[in-house]
Amino acid sequence: MTDKDFTFTIDGASVTAQPGQTIMEAADAAGIYIPRLCDHEGLRHQGSCRVCTVKAAGRSVAACTQPAAPGLVVESETPHIQAMRKSLVEMLFHEGNHICPVCEASGNCELQAMAYRLGMVEPTKLPYLEPTRPVDASHPGIALDTNRCISCGRCIRASEDVDHKGVFGYCGRGIHRRITVNGEDLAHTDAAVSDHAISGGVCPVGCIIVKRVGFRLPIGARAFDRQIIGEAIEEKRR
Amino acid sequence: MNGQADHQADAIAAVAEEAAAATGHDRHRLLDMLLAIQERCRWIPPAAVERLAASLGLTPVFIRGVASFYSFLSLEPKGKVIIRLCDDIIDRHAGLDAVLAAVTDELGISAGETTADGAVSLEVTPCIGLCDQAPAAMVNDIVLTSLTPETARHAARHLKAGKPLHDLVSPHFAGLTPQQRVHAQVASNIRAPGAVLLGEVPREAGLRRAATMEPRAIIAAIIASGLRGCGGAGFATGRKWEMAAREEASRRVVICNADEGEPGTFKDRVLLTERPHLLFEGMTIAARAIGAAEGILYLRGEYVYLRDHLEAVLAERRAAGLLGHAILGCGGFDFDIRLQLGAGAYVCGEEGALISSCEGLRGEPKTRPPFPVQRGYLGFPTVVNNVETLCHAARILDLGPDWYFAMGTAGSHGTKLFSVSGDCRAPGVYELPYGITVGELLALAGAEDAAAVQVGGPSGVMIGRDSFHRRLGFDDLATGGAIIVFNGSRNILEIVDYYLAFFVHESCGYCTPCRVGNVFLRQAIAKFRHGHASAEDVEELRTLSATIIETSRCGLGTTSPNPVLSTLSHFPLVYAAVTRPAQDGQQASFDIQSAIETARGIARRRSFVYDRDFSQ
Repeated sequence: MTDKDFTFTIDGASVTAQPGQTIMEAADAAGIYIPRLCDHEGLRHQGSCRVCTVKAAGRSVAACTQPAAPGLVVESETPHIQAMRKSLVEMLFHEGNHICPVCEASGNCELQAMAYRLGMVEPTKLPYLEPTRPVDASHPGIALDTNRCISCGRCIRASEDVDHKGVFGYCGRGIHRRITVNGEDLAHTDAAVSDHAISGGVCPVGCIIVKRVGFRLPIGARAFDRQIIGEAIEEKRR
Repeated sequence: MNGQADHQADAIAAVAEEAAAATGHDRHRLLDMLLAIQERCRWIPPAAVERLAASLGLTPVFIRGVASFYSFLSLEPKGKVIIRLCDDIIDRHAGLDAVLAAVTDELGISAGETTADGAVSLEVTPCIGLCDQAPAAMVNDIVLTSLTPETARHAARHLKAGKPLHDLVSPHFAGLTPQQRVHAQVASNIRAPGAVLLGEVPREAGLRRAATMEPRAIIAAIIASGLRGCGGAGFATGRKWEMAAREEASRRVVICNADEGEPGTFKDRVLLTERPHLLFEGMTIAARAIGAAEGILYLRGEYVYLRDHLEAVLAERRAAGLLGHAILGCGGFDFDIRLQLGAGAYVCGEEGALISSCEGLRGEPKTRPPFPVQRGYLGFPTVVNNVETLCHAARILDLGPDWYFAMGTAGSHGTKLFSVSGDCRAPGVYELPYGITVGELLALAGAEDAAAVQVGGPSGVMIGRDSFHRRLGFDDLATGGAIIVFNGSRNILEIVDYYLAFFVHESCGYCTPCRVGNVFLRQAIAKFRHGHASAEDVEELRTLSATIIETSRCGLGTTSPNPVLSTLSHFPLVYAAVTRPAQDGQQASFDIQSAIETARGIARRRSFVYDRDFSQ
């Protein structure tokens, strides 16, 4: 702790933060996991999925973009906030086609893992939007099924900021806002399997799929088959 | 054939290059370039996207992302003329159906289509700010008002025949001044001029006073006047200016928000038409107060018909030494204003989204903090004020803060413009002191049979007769000024459904609750309209609304459930009347026949269990 560091609390636990850190960055360092989907290690914060919503000084904010402040009182795992998070995850499930039993990402999928963590274990009351966008399998090594996209934009940021390519972008507005590629299809972009955006574990769901490696790791031995999402961060605290 | 296609692509690329060159290849002016290409080509062709990308050092997907954000930019070919009928609920109540039927009949196309010869496209669009003269339509850069099936059919026939568009306004259009052209299209409908804005206003009196004052003293005067933002949120104007002035920065920016998009609001249209000098005076005063040399007027795309008029006023002011270097002869008082036209996106009325749009980005709100007064346009401290707010500021500098403070109520000082429309005899703009009751305003507007009033537009609240005694102002019913009147024959749930459809259409899609939640909220209301809702569904409405409000990223999402919540609390009987208890623990909305329809199609046979007439 340097002399500029300060402390604040999350659910009563004291957390140390450096000036300029967001609530989530400080929480991660302290071993407190705040659920998130659009935020990803090494990428700019976006604050769009809202699953990381917390109450800071009584006001609802996104923990991934809200700066921590000395003495700030943050509530995270209250029943009210957890219910809202679950509701947001339900919305994402119903917006796209998330049929876990037939999805290659099952077990590695952060959306699926988040649903389990937040206790989404029974049918919801929402209708399904059932998008029918064509799958883009034009690229020799990559397939893109945007019906499973949750609009987190992680691939856009990874391609722009890490790969320095700009393969992906948003198109459309509102419920029609989608990930699209910088060309008529993926084969007409400079996307490569080795890109961080493709193979870096950036896509949280089964939207970006690398061809010919499907099911190499069997169901049951996958990331979230072994531990609950967020446990890796929580282990720091134990 | 290939040669011809190449030639066409070259011609399009030349248009794109010309549009880029007109801004000095400044990528922050991408929206201007896209609007110029749209105007010339009637769409944004792929060749134009490629050329802009190469010319500006951007990716094509980024440019398509920006173009696809705005309703008035199209990545598909459109007709030479685009007729956009306003399909606001007020236009519907005023006879939109018959107007639309006449136009579709005359053109032989439905909304969303283009005639085979590429002459005319027909579309519908949310509120275009002409609710006081509905039904109305935009046709390229002009507007048509108070349409009847006959006048609409005549216009469609005229356009289909390829006759000059501007003849629809006046046969002498070319000979009219820009302001005469505006008046030939739209009536201002000033019903009650007040003490501040719409009565007699001397030219430049506030600016002349401000030019002699220290910036700090100007800010102190605005703070002392009690002026609060007139766009709806009501932030203290003087405090906003003070915060921007206090930031360390090499540049500062004043932006006027003329993206008046809240359905039922049109007061800024009237100010832009009748008091443009007062507005620019206010912007110039704000610039002096915070030390800004740059100003932007962000004009909503629907108000394109005001563009030439406003440009003419800006030119006049430059010529008169009221803009540019050493304004009014004061050394160091430099300020100029550029007009940024929008392109059909309600969310750009949110100040962060508005700034994004001015920067050539998708019109998505920005993450706060930092706030615009800290880091706004291009990262510089930026004050974004509503048209009406800036006009008030100019008057306060002229007549003093005490004069202004004395009007209104304890928490809301001065006067307010109200845009009154719907079921009343005198729709139009009323300038009245804050604190007037809804009932008093309704009496002035001739709305004796009002049964429900939407105060502040869809993002505000709907109240019934038992609340007409309430006062308009920040102390009680806060409003940006939209007063939409409905009589007893109107269907409340239809209105709620329309407003939710509006928010679904206008959500930027950035955050989950607003993008997805509003779609489900609208579907939940459909359940009530179809008589499939039970008492539990009322609770569902409240829970979903609360999640959207609490987790959304900007003001659009945090207010979009208001039509549902305010009607639930003020018109509970409307919901009770269409709610029935769930039977046998089943959801009333579940319909086994429609549920198995897809399966029947796939199996190509009927169901043994559920088709009673299986034998047939």
